[in-house]
Amino acid sequence: MGSSSIGKRKKDPTALRSVLFLLPSWILLLIFFIGPILLTFYFSFTNLALTGTQAQNIEFVGFQNFVSMFEDPTFRISVMKTIVFLFLSAIVGQQILGFLLAILMKEKNPTFRRLIGIIVIAGWVTPEIVVAFCWVAFLNDNGTLNMILDAIGLESITWLYTFPMISVCIANIWHGTAFSMMVFQASLDDVPKTIEEAATIDGASRFQVLIRIILPMVKGSIVTNMILVTLQTLGVFTLIFTMTGGGPGTSTQTLPIFMYNQAFVNYQLGYGTAISLVLLVIGIIASLFYIRSMRVKI
Amino acid sequence: MNRFKWERTIPYVILSIIGACFLLPLLWVLFASFDANAQQALTIPEEFTLANFTAILSEPATIRSFVIGLFLSCGQALLVVIVGVIAAYPLSRYTQKYKKPFMYSILFMTSLPITAVMVPVYQLFIFLNLQDSLVGTMLFLTASGLPYGIWMLKNFMDAVPPELEESAWVDGASIWKGVRRVVAPLMIPGICTVAIFTFSMSWGNFFVPYILIQTPDKFPASVTIYQFFGTYGMVEYGKLAAFSIIYTLPAVILYLFSQRFMSQGFSLGGATKG
Repeated sequence: MGSSSIGKRKKDPTALRSVLFLLPSWILLLIFFIGPILLTFYFSFTNLALTGTQAQNIEFVGFQNFVSMFEDPTFRISVMKTIVFLFLSAIVGQQILGFLLAILMKEKNPTFRRLIGIIVIAGWVTPEIVVAFCWVAFLNDNGTLNMILDAIGLESITWLYTFPMISVCIANIWHGTAFSMMVFQASLDDVPKTIEEAATIDGASRFQVLIRIILPMVKGSIVTNMILVTLQTLGVFTLIFTMTGGGPGTSTQTLPIFMYNQAFVNYQLGYGTAISLVLLVIGIIASLFYIRSMRVKI
Repeated sequence: MNRFKWERTIPYVILSIIGACFLLPLLWVLFASFDANAQQALTIPEEFTLANFTAILSEPATIRSFVIGLFLSCGQALLVVIVGVIAAYPLSRYTQKYKKPFMYSILFMTSLPITAVMVPVYQLFIFLNLQDSLVGTMLFLTASGLPYGIWMLKNFMDAVPPELEESAWVDGASIWKGVRRVVAPLMIPGICTVAIFTFSMSWGNFFVPYILIQTPDKFPASVTIYQFFGTYGMVEYGKLAAFSIIYTLPAVILYLFSQRFMSQGFSLGGATKG
């Protein structure tokens, strides 16, 4: 390729130029991205506080934050809540619903397909805080859902108090499903029609075609999408914070909310950072799986 | 052929039901924003009014929060594109030993949840005396958007043939001029995709400014809307809905604008590969 021949002809200037061209991005990334990640590792071993003497004199406390974290029953509750939130909203909700939408929309009337697509994507384009607001209104005591239940003769439910976890999961599914739908639409379009037709001629039912032919062919994007959606959902803060504030009690207190409460409400930044480290480590592991699943050529 | 007909109609029925479920929560904001006496439940307004919108738009505090939001998001998008194109150039054109590990680190950083670093970022901002600074917030947002930006821009740049640039050099153009005059114009769809995506992410971001900005006068729209829905206790539904609509509008308009670039961005982003 032309680019490599350029590289060989002027070896030294390109090396210098590369450094110069990459410098601005490196500076920004080092200060504001890699720096904070390294700080997470450091601060989580200190007693750093938001106010008081501990804000000035940071002391190294070893594994104390982690010991108290694993002894803290609310930490264990948060881990459980995070797993439930990830499982219900990311894996069952966005992933399966997204796939279902994509497969059902395949080869349908283009106008109808477009209409449904626009409606689902509207939820994705809507900013998270507006999504929260829409769903708080929709699920409220006098909201639309209870009005509908009333109209068909069912009892009203205080959704955000009785089923807080289900409520935030539904809102997150509403917000995120379009992404999975688009990923699956793109990968389903890549499945050659001739293979499906050949299988149908050989007597395979539509279900068999789906299980035996389509699913194995889009396996790669299912795995990649699963990891991406999990990573996105792991970081969800705004939606839960604005809908329930993590409550009632600790019923929707996922790890980001727990981290926020410890660091900014209880002023224990060191402890808060230890919780971020847990989040970060989960994120790092998932990201490594993501890179592996991509099998990209760089 | 009864069974055949069933098989054809069932997907349409299921899709219509799912569509209706997705539409309902959205309809409420739309209707409430035009309703003089909006309630919590979805009702078709008895009289359509623009009063909610004019009330919101005549409030200087709201306008200010939108201007601040635009400053943060436009600034971030612009910086990500400029710094990203400059960084993408050697990654796309030169062969260097560190290129592979660098690209893998970039890809790795694109997928890390930002939420996880917010506590140390807050501490870093206090240390650098950047707390409550809009420029500082914008720089952090830029850094958090850069990995995605560099990744995408490098892929878009790979699609521009190097020969075009080389002929510009023959005509006496410098490397920098070649990037500006030849490569960048040919990457417009890619640059737009990155800019629009970066803008939308930042426009919708509540957590970062909520942590890093303390003075209410400096809040962008995303934080103001939250304050709004706290202080009014959701009484003035019409105004809240109108605020939400205005706030959502830039994201929707840019999405529609980016549609023709999006599909390209998607396949290059690698999300569909596997």
